[in-house]
Amino acid sequence: MTTTLERPPAASAPRPARSIRPKRDRTSKTENLAGLAMLAPAVLLLALFIFIPAILAFGLAFTNARLISPYPAIFVGLDNFVRLFADAAFFRALLNVAYFAVVVVPLQAGLALVMAILVNKKVRGTTFFRTVYFLPVVTSMVVVSLLWLFMYRQDGLINVIIERVTMGLVTGPDWLNDTSTSMPAIILMSVWQGVGFHMIIWLSGLQTIPADLYEAADLDGVTAWQRFRYITWPGLSATRSLILVTITIQALSLFTQISVMTQGGPLNSTTTVVYEAVESGFAQQETGYASAISLVFFVIVLLISVVQRFLSREKA
Amino acid sequence: MRHAKKRLIVASLVATSLVATMAGCAPSGAGGSDGKNGELTIWTHNGGNTEELAAVQAIVDGYNESQDETTVKLQAFPQASYNDSVIAAAASGKLPCIVDIDGPNVPNWAWAKYLTPLDLSVDLDENLPSTLGIWNGETYSVGYYDVALAMFARKSVLAEHGIRVATIDEPWTQEEFGDALEALKADGTWKNPLDIGTGDVGEWYPYAYSPLLQSFGGDLINRDDFQSADGVLNGPEALEWAEWMQSLATDGYIATKSGADSALDFQNNVTAIQYGGSWAAANNAAALGDDLAVMPSVDLGEGTKIGGGSWQWGVTTGCANPEAAMDYLSYSLSPENIAAVSVATATIPATDAAAALVPGFEEGGNLAIFREFSAKSAVLRPETPAYPFIATEFTKATQDIINGGDPQSTLDAAVKAIDANIKSNGGYTQK
Amino acid sequence: MAISQVAIPEVAPASAPHVVLGKKTAKKKRVIGVGGWLLRVGLAVLFLFPILFMFVSSLKPDQQIFGDLSSIAAFLPIGNISMDNYAAVFDRVPAARFLVNSIGISAITVAAGILVNSLAAFALSRMRVRGKTIILTLIIATLIVPFETLALPLVWWVNQLPSFELTELGFMFTKGWIDTYQVQIIPFIANAFSIYLFHQYFESIPKELDEAARMDGAGWFRIYRQVVMPLSGPAIATVAILTFLPAWNSYLWPLMVVQTEELRPVMVGVQYFFQLNVSWGEVMAYSTLITLPVVALFIAFQRSFVNSIASSGVKG
Repeated sequence: MTTTLERPPAASAPRPARSIRPKRDRTSKTENLAGLAMLAPAVLLLALFIFIPAILAFGLAFTNARLISPYPAIFVGLDNFVRLFADAAFFRALLNVAYFAVVVVPLQAGLALVMAILVNKKVRGTTFFRTVYFLPVVTSMVVVSLLWLFMYRQDGLINVIIERVTMGLVTGPDWLNDTSTSMPAIILMSVWQGVGFHMIIWLSGLQTIPADLYEAADLDGVTAWQRFRYITWPGLSATRSLILVTITIQALSLFTQISVMTQGGPLNSTTTVVYEAVESGFAQQETGYASAISLVFFVIVLLISVVQRFLSREKA
Repeated sequence: MRHAKKRLIVASLVATSLVATMAGCAPSGAGGSDGKNGELTIWTHNGGNTEELAAVQAIVDGYNESQDETTVKLQAFPQASYNDSVIAAAASGKLPCIVDIDGPNVPNWAWAKYLTPLDLSVDLDENLPSTLGIWNGETYSVGYYDVALAMFARKSVLAEHGIRVATIDEPWTQEEFGDALEALKADGTWKNPLDIGTGDVGEWYPYAYSPLLQSFGGDLINRDDFQSADGVLNGPEALEWAEWMQSLATDGYIATKSGADSALDFQNNVTAIQYGGSWAAANNAAALGDDLAVMPSVDLGEGTKIGGGSWQWGVTTGCANPEAAMDYLSYSLSPENIAAVSVATATIPATDAAAALVPGFEEGGNLAIFREFSAKSAVLRPETPAYPFIATEFTKATQDIINGGDPQSTLDAAVKAIDANIKSNGGYTQK
Repeated sequence: MAISQVAIPEVAPASAPHVVLGKKTAKKKRVIGVGGWLLRVGLAVLFLFPILFMFVSSLKPDQQIFGDLSSIAAFLPIGNISMDNYAAVFDRVPAARFLVNSIGISAITVAAGILVNSLAAFALSRMRVRGKTIILTLIIATLIVPFETLALPLVWWVNQLPSFELTELGFMFTKGWIDTYQVQIIPFIANAFSIYLFHQYFESIPKELDEAARMDGAGWFRIYRQVVMPLSGPAIATVAILTFLPAWNSYLWPLMVVQTEELRPVMVGVQYFFQLNVSWGEVMAYSTLITLPVVALFIAFQRSFVNSIASSGVKG
């Protein structure tokens, strides 16, 4: 039974011009403030030590700043970008990192997952295997590059193995000095060096899957593949998104191996965007131009990462 | 969203003012605060090089004992990253009073106003010309020593293949050299009989290979006015040089990327001839004994040419007490001090007076040959502030040529980049 | 408030008829088991040999290292074996000092980082904060900027920051952080990668735990401290290891901002061995020495990889 409200006389108090806002919930305001307080140290540090230098660095892209020069930098507008988009080496670098990323991301992420699953079992010796798989990540780049430089020679270990295995039918190429094999050689070495890093991340993701799911599945007698497909894989969705984004960014930012092993050669077949930026900024002292390269790189990778996160979120 | 927009505006204002300040602040030279209160700091590149460091430390100690107005401190940095450290210090305005510099970089640093002209109480006319850093008519740096390049080989191997041992008066000609390499390659013992250090990136490429270019008659830049490399780096002589370098690789005489240590490969008989620095002589001699032949580099047309100019000392602008710095440098240039450093490093002493005190450098001594090489054939890398840029362009061009790139277009591209760089810096004239 | 009193929702086991494991399935399981072992060992050999090379070379004189490179002897401790290189390392370089510096710097960076970054991730993952999606995106964007791009502006920038030092006259304010320990630590405490990792891990911890705690009257910080963090063992261990590594390997930055030898970290020390006549054996010895602390840390943290949620202590 409804009560009919008496209509107020038309001449009484006028209707308010806009709707009255609901009073803000006190607990959500506390939550907001508490959240901001927790975020504050990290955000402040990031702002101070990454945002501000990044803005400075990107600002330099519009000047003709030099590493050392008696003249102060002057504003040159888009000159650096015009020069950049006419530079063949830059486009080759983009192509190289795209090729590298397209191969390395699935390869390294996939291999790391396989390895994580292998060492996730509580069998004897798991600690040993985990440590060994992680060793390439901790070994000094100096040592790693020395050894691999030697292994990749025409008469080096890799070609010796190829020759033995194929009984002399196939002779390996001069890996690092042949334009068609230099990038694959770098890919192999990078995957070898970095896979332990991502194995650790997958491992921590595997820990979040409750063991009773597996127990229940075992009782029902599912195959290993079904276990993986219906329990492990869905349980790893959060980790998957993290790995995908970080490995892509790391792949596109390839630099150290190139700097130590091939210096962008032979004939620009292994140069990368970050390598070009560092070469022109530090070695050739053209800080403004290097900043332009970095800014373009940043925008490209940002777009890729945003798209990636968007796509992987939809699946979850 | 209003908050975000406001933050964006504030951020851009802050950023712009920061960039402006930085652009104005950063290149204002060294601007240090060193030299105050009777204390003076020296930075040097020989961290980890125990002998050289000890020798320089001894000089510093001697100076400190000889007077008590100034105390000098020595700070050592590892060589491989020394330049980066100095440049970063300059960017933050924290350079010490005295630094040492790799010779070819001196004009660049002088132009950038890191260094101030020297005003010493010793006469520098006695020094080997390659130990002085002169730009724009002023001397900015002086070194204790120089180093030389040579061809190392085994006497027994040369004799076996009928190859004459080259002497300083009769170096190998291009044809002789080619024949020798052909014979060694045919032998089959060495996959690549010659090692010119193609795996050693950094300053090695310009230091070791631009003299070869000059021996053909080319050069890194036109030294009349240092404004352009056109005609000298991409002219017919340079093309000859590039084709010759490329042929060394295609004929299999050199590896396009040599091993990590040319001297050790030579000692292990992985290569038959090593084109290396005088600093490798001691280890080579220890390994090969009397079988070691030390020969001058090849005469490729215009006479043997080898690189010159090594580490030199300079005083920074912004040093609060330049007189004390100059006083120290003058003290350190006495014959005894130069000799001590030279002995410790097995390098060529900068002055005759010092050479007389260094065993091995007397007539017929085992090290005297390097002093002869240096005196007869050393050429300096171009004394221009454009040098760091020229060096990187040359290194890349040489790598591309050795790896099979088209010589003419590679050289043309390098020339184009170098000329553009010089132009964009106003010709690198003194400000 | 003890965790064990909190109930987590039981996960319903997959419903399927019980199947008795037949002989064929058992055999298949054994084959997979053996295959898994072969794979493990094969991978272990693949990842182990450079470390072996490094260690074995550290015992050999230089000429022999290069002489052995062309054969299997590179991995065998034969020939002129001695500890000479290790003694020489300590003569040439203040290795002990560098090690202490690096351990201190890395440990503080990691410890402070775990605190700061997990707080931020907690706020972003479990609290309602205005603009948190934008903040998370901005944070991930900082992963994209390569450090080499930031290096020079950052050098200039940290030199503008105020600092204080203890002199004879007491605490004095100075300008500039160059040549200190703090400049090697503070810019690296906040780290987008750690935040992202913690974030993804926290997403997998059921939010019902929070609700239960709040109903018991716990504040947000308490929930963080006593509910979420204790369950995050694997994430903490992962972040600790994966942020210790870059801190330990930091090379470009200390090179630019540290001028006094006593403050230098280990990676700058490697460069000491690369003068005109490189002492390779000492490089190997030094590299072995600096790998040890990281490996030790990794082994120590392995225990924390044990699954916290999945262990049965959390059953309601």
